[in-house]
Amino acid sequence: MAESVTVENLSFWFGKQQVLKDISLSAQAREVTALIGPSGCGKTTLLRCINRLYRLYSGASITGKITVGTENVLDPRIDQVELRRRVGMIFQKPNPFPHLSIFENVAAGIRLHGLAQGREVAERVESCLKKVALWEEVKDRLDRPGTMLSIGQQQRLCFARTLAVEPRVFLMDEPCASLDPVSTMRIEELIRELHKEYTVIIVTHNMQQAARISQQTAFVLNGEVVEVGRTAEMFVRTRDERTEAYLTGKMG
Amino acid sequence: MNGKQLRLAKSYLWEVICLLSGFSAMAVLFFILYYIVRRGAGVINLSFLTNLPTPVGVPGGGIGNAIVGSAIMVGIGTLLAVPQGIAAAIYLDQHRESRLAIVTRFAARVLTGVPSLIVGLFVFTLMVLRTGRYSALAGGLALAVMMVPVITLSAEEMLRLVPSTWREASLALGATHRQTVLRLVLPAATKGITVGIMLAIALAAGQTAPILLTALTSRFWLENLQQPTASLPVLIYSYAITPFADWQQQAWGAALVLVVMVLLLNVAAQLFVAARNREV
Repeated sequence: MAESVTVENLSFWFGKQQVLKDISLSAQAREVTALIGPSGCGKTTLLRCINRLYRLYSGASITGKITVGTENVLDPRIDQVELRRRVGMIFQKPNPFPHLSIFENVAAGIRLHGLAQGREVAERVESCLKKVALWEEVKDRLDRPGTMLSIGQQQRLCFARTLAVEPRVFLMDEPCASLDPVSTMRIEELIRELHKEYTVIIVTHNMQQAARISQQTAFVLNGEVVEVGRTAEMFVRTRDERTEAYLTGKMG
Repeated sequence: MNGKQLRLAKSYLWEVICLLSGFSAMAVLFFILYYIVRRGAGVINLSFLTNLPTPVGVPGGGIGNAIVGSAIMVGIGTLLAVPQGIAAAIYLDQHRESRLAIVTRFAARVLTGVPSLIVGLFVFTLMVLRTGRYSALAGGLALAVMMVPVITLSAEEMLRLVPSTWREASLALGATHRQTVLRLVLPAATKGITVGIMLAIALAAGQTAPILLTALTSRFWLENLQQPTASLPVLIYSYAITPFADWQQQAWGAALVLVVMVLLLNVAAQLFVAARNREV
């Protein structure tokens, strides 16, 4: 199921400003790759290149190659709808659809892509809600609006919504940034479960979080990848003094 | 008086000024409503609402044909203006900074400020002169011209209020732009868009000059959309400027009917939106 993601010589501009500079990075299948670095360094933009959400921004231009599985996703001929089914995204602020019930939030993607019909939809919704450990909390009020849940539950609902369309890759843009410590812990548990079946690329500002959940860490600074390495090694022995400075709190 | 007292006095003074300003704005509205009800309520009964007008001095005259004419012309205007206004708003929202969007937005703002008489003359030239007759269709078209910019601008505001994080959620799930707009953005903005439409309808229902130039008026029932048509505002205007007491009183009654009709429509729309929201 999981597909690896390879970024080669990726450069990205907003108008004349270059945001990403010749980035090369490889995220292995069934691993968590953490992107760390100070605010505004380009981590989120990098993430949004992978599912081509950058096309929402006006004045964006891009060069290089991003391969998901065997396909170059920057190829203009690629099916964007299918790409975004294969590459799911979790946002910083939980964003369940406000006009849909808990059930319909999870079913939305299933219906959108025609992945199931009739009773099968309900079965899928249930299994996704179980995977994110939300089923017990919401099974009696599936018809209530998704936005009535707590922020932490909303984020898990968003995970279930993404799981429901059977992605190969999970992109996560600071998924715990607006959550309390207990909710954060539950999301981290979830990520540790997910990476057994999916490729996970996560942007985080929390160094300890990167150390806890990722196998690989990439340090991004001013649009460049300064250092990539196995998380276990990197947090013990950095190769670049700028990474050292960031990790020890002397910068950023 | 020391510094602190002075500051408090100034603050108090401002509060009073603001309160009085707000109150006087409301007072005008209530004064108008009170006056219309006081002068108009007396003539209202079933036959007044359903009969045709009668000559001066002949009792039993009604405004039935004007109610029907107004309803039909406002209806035509709404049918024409709502789809176009919402579609234009979607375009403006999706292409916020494109040159065409900027020009369109500017044109819509200018159009809301164009005197309604000019709009009437425009449709008069466009339709009445060409077809050689005043008609309900021309009246409806004139109202639509006035409604489109109001609906467009207010609907765009409401679409803009839909947070980009929701749109991103939809796009990231694999929905196309069209699906995102139709299934997420529009439903989320329904309430605000409805309010804008109501505003446009209220504006249209009270128009006199454009209707006079396009539908003229009539003392008979409407038989088809190609003939001169009666309407409440024109009836109020033509009755109010006569020296006859009974017609003047009927003008007050018609004014009350017009206000109540707009009010009822507003309440109905609010109930509709509330019911829709409860379905979720």
